[in-house]
Amino acid sequence: MAQATKKKPLAAAPDLIAAARIAAQSHFRTLRLGTPFQPRLDALAKTQDWYNWAGYRAPHSLWDEELEYFAIRSQAALFDISPMTKYRIEGPDAEAFLDRVTLRDVTRLRPGRVHYTAWCDDEGFVLDDGTLFRLSPTRFRLCSQERHLPWLLDSALGFEVTVEEETEAVAGLALQGPTSFAVLRDAGFAGVDKLKVFDLAEFEHDGATVTISRTGFTGDLGYELFVAADKALSLWDRLMTSGEPRGIRAIGYTALNRARLEAGLIVANADFTTAEHAIRADRLRMPDEIGLGFMIDLEKGHFNGRRAILEARTKRRLLHVLVGLEIEGNIPAEHAIVYYRKSQEVGLVSAAMWSPMAKRNIAIASLARPYGDTLVEDLWVEIYAMRELQYQKLMKRAKVVARPFIKLDRRTSNPPADF
Amino acid sequence: MTLFDGIVIGGGHNGLVAAATLAKAGRKVLVLEAAAELGGAARTQEFAPGFRVSSIAHVLNRLHPDVMKTLELEKHGLRIARADFIPSVALSKDGPALVLHGAYGEVLTGASSAEQSAWKELRAQLLRYAGILKPFLARRPPDLGGMSLLETASLGQTALALKKLGKEGMRDFLRVLLMNVADLLDEQLADDRLKGLLAFDATLGSHLGPRSPTSLLGLYYRLAGETGGAAGAQWLPQGGMGAVVAAIRAAADKAGVTIRTSVPVASILVEKGRAVGVALDTGEELRASTIVSAINPATTFLDLVGPREIDTGFTRKVKNIRMKGDVAKLHLALDRPPRFTGADAADHKGRLVIAPSPDHVERAFNPSKYGEFSPEPVMEVTLPSLADASLAPGGACVLSAVVQYAPYQLKEGWDAGKPKFLAAIMAQLEAYAPGIGKTVRHAELLTPADIEKRYRMPGGHWHHGELQADQMLISRPVSGWSGYDTPLDGLFLAGAGSHPGGGVSGAPGLNAARRIIAMKG
Repeated sequence: MAQATKKKPLAAAPDLIAAARIAAQSHFRTLRLGTPFQPRLDALAKTQDWYNWAGYRAPHSLWDEELEYFAIRSQAALFDISPMTKYRIEGPDAEAFLDRVTLRDVTRLRPGRVHYTAWCDDEGFVLDDGTLFRLSPTRFRLCSQERHLPWLLDSALGFEVTVEEETEAVAGLALQGPTSFAVLRDAGFAGVDKLKVFDLAEFEHDGATVTISRTGFTGDLGYELFVAADKALSLWDRLMTSGEPRGIRAIGYTALNRARLEAGLIVANADFTTAEHAIRADRLRMPDEIGLGFMIDLEKGHFNGRRAILEARTKRRLLHVLVGLEIEGNIPAEHAIVYYRKSQEVGLVSAAMWSPMAKRNIAIASLARPYGDTLVEDLWVEIYAMRELQYQKLMKRAKVVARPFIKLDRRTSNPPADF
Repeated sequence: MTLFDGIVIGGGHNGLVAAATLAKAGRKVLVLEAAAELGGAARTQEFAPGFRVSSIAHVLNRLHPDVMKTLELEKHGLRIARADFIPSVALSKDGPALVLHGAYGEVLTGASSAEQSAWKELRAQLLRYAGILKPFLARRPPDLGGMSLLETASLGQTALALKKLGKEGMRDFLRVLLMNVADLLDEQLADDRLKGLLAFDATLGSHLGPRSPTSLLGLYYRLAGETGGAAGAQWLPQGGMGAVVAAIRAAADKAGVTIRTSVPVASILVEKGRAVGVALDTGEELRASTIVSAINPATTFLDLVGPREIDTGFTRKVKNIRMKGDVAKLHLALDRPPRFTGADAADHKGRLVIAPSPDHVERAFNPSKYGEFSPEPVMEVTLPSLADASLAPGGACVLSAVVQYAPYQLKEGWDAGKPKFLAAIMAQLEAYAPGIGKTVRHAELLTPADIEKRYRMPGGHWHHGELQADQMLISRPVSGWSGYDTPLDGLFLAGAGSHPGGGVSGAPGLNAARRIIAMKG
């Protein structure tokens, strides 16, 4: 042991180099990074209920998840989306590049517009879904759940385009709820009333610009705001101040997750397993198997996975289907097994809740075809309801229903309603 | 209007074999060759006034019998007689040469009687094991996704062949399969000259030394080839390698193939995931339902098709194909035939190998790992004009040598390194054939950089991709696409970059054509 501690003195120069290298890699000392809004979140976090969102410390709830949910539906809710992975994609070939990488026709996405899209590996399995913001004819922002820089860079071969990750540099906020437009207007964002659903525009903020889009993950009237990280706190304060009379509240993910389920929206690695995360071969999903088939445009130019998707469609090799379910009773069927004729296992519920808005017991489930596809009768879910240390097994009838589970006129109405 | 059913890009020997085979099956086929002359790296070219030589490939040892038969190459002038087999001569600076006669050493001379019997045993073993691999190294690789009855049956045959080895033989086959050649030779042989020759043959054309794992596979690859019905036999074609291509061309002509030379293809036209034609660099567009690329796979996808039309994962795989050549080709115009020490007149007509021991080959390899050429290179030398006087002016002599190791990415750059490497080669030749230097009328050294440029072979690699275990069989040219078809409907690969690999075999071209016919493409 004595020998092990007897270190040879290192030369001074390598020592300095090593010190500089260690300093540059000190990220590991902070196990969960804070977002640019962290000082404000920390001040509001009464529950201290944090989770890990892509390496960031993000709140499950801040004060009361029930009331946070109702802030979305009846006031204005402010949700920090900074941890979302963001890529800046720019260059004369940016449109062609994204058209080749993603499923939807990017040539039809006009500057100043946003669309929801997804992208696949060579085998046609979904790598992720996300939103694509067209900031100018040659500049885009791609937002996603997972990280994809190597994939995007390798896909860029042959295109005049640069791809840069800007997750840390750009802070993001979702402002959702019936009073959200009024909050923005009162905060002084003149012209924000012109934004129709999926529109985006740039506004002045604190000597810089903030990109505001009429988008969101709640199925409600709402906006998303992106700003340089150093202007994050002033933006937060601006919104909170103007929003106070209209009941603005900061919220955590649990509330948002309920709202998105009512809106029928899916979450990568919650409702389906992304291709690079799946270990088991039968967990991979094609767009058609998770309800994203509508994105596929076989008429546009080549896109990644086209061949495999086309082949699976022609040879009828689509094995799964993602459906919305309405379940009798009011007990959430979270992660319940779905049965055909109460006996044959045909799928699994990935998200479920009693919907206060729809007044229905709703769920999203993945089923093995033909169940949920051509065979939709006689489906059941088995709910294990814990009642004072005993499971009560409930076999409840499930009906395949269309998503979204709720449709709010205020989400799309123009001009957006004042409140 | 479609004038042709199929367009073959590249008039190398594989392209011509594919074209002729398709034409014989009734397809209307057009071959487009970028160079003024057909044959690719298997041409006979003049390199000095009156001196002609086989361009890159100079020894024929694996032209596939099915190619001979399908294209009736004998009828078209390619006749290989047993008497024409050439010996392999392991040269020695200061003693008699050791000679493998007939088909890869049916008779060994110049060695002790103990070594002779050890060789007899090793040769039988090598041929036995190569024989098991032989069907794999000829046919289309098995489709792991869904095997046809025929494929399953042929795999079964291999299993049967393995079984016939007996329990011990089967164990030994599997034991040595991925061994390095040096260790196997040390187990069974004693004579450094013989071991040096075999070590050289096993590593020829690859970025491996005899002590690199899996280097024995190279020897199996050689012995899985046959000439005139004899495994491992080798032949110097009369008229050079161009004569072999001329015979294949004659078969193609007879089958009705249209051939255009000096027509570089600029791109492959793709519409909705299907290759529908080619665009020439003149802007002319030609359409056909089947496009066969008998050129390099990376050139095919990254340049002609372009990464926009293929998936990212596939592009990654293509970009990762290792193809940095490590071999140079030397052509000398000599005033008179050289005299190699210890070799007799018959030996001089054979394949003369300078590789005195496995250690020597290994030491020649070492610098190439770090971007330097071998200071004492190893090489195989032929003097084709001795048996074919038409190749050199009266009394003069052509020397053709394949020289290792010459890394494609030479650290100092080939502009600076080439004269130095030529000097190193000449010093080595001088040591084995004293006085040769003074008779050199003209010398042409083709480094991998030259080969890349002249023959459109990326990396100057004559296999169009390293031929090592990870880039063979179901992984050639890339995993998932080893069956000559590609992610683009209507586009097929038919060159050495596809299974089984390089050498003048015609196997990739034949297999590709058969695949196209089977797919009714």
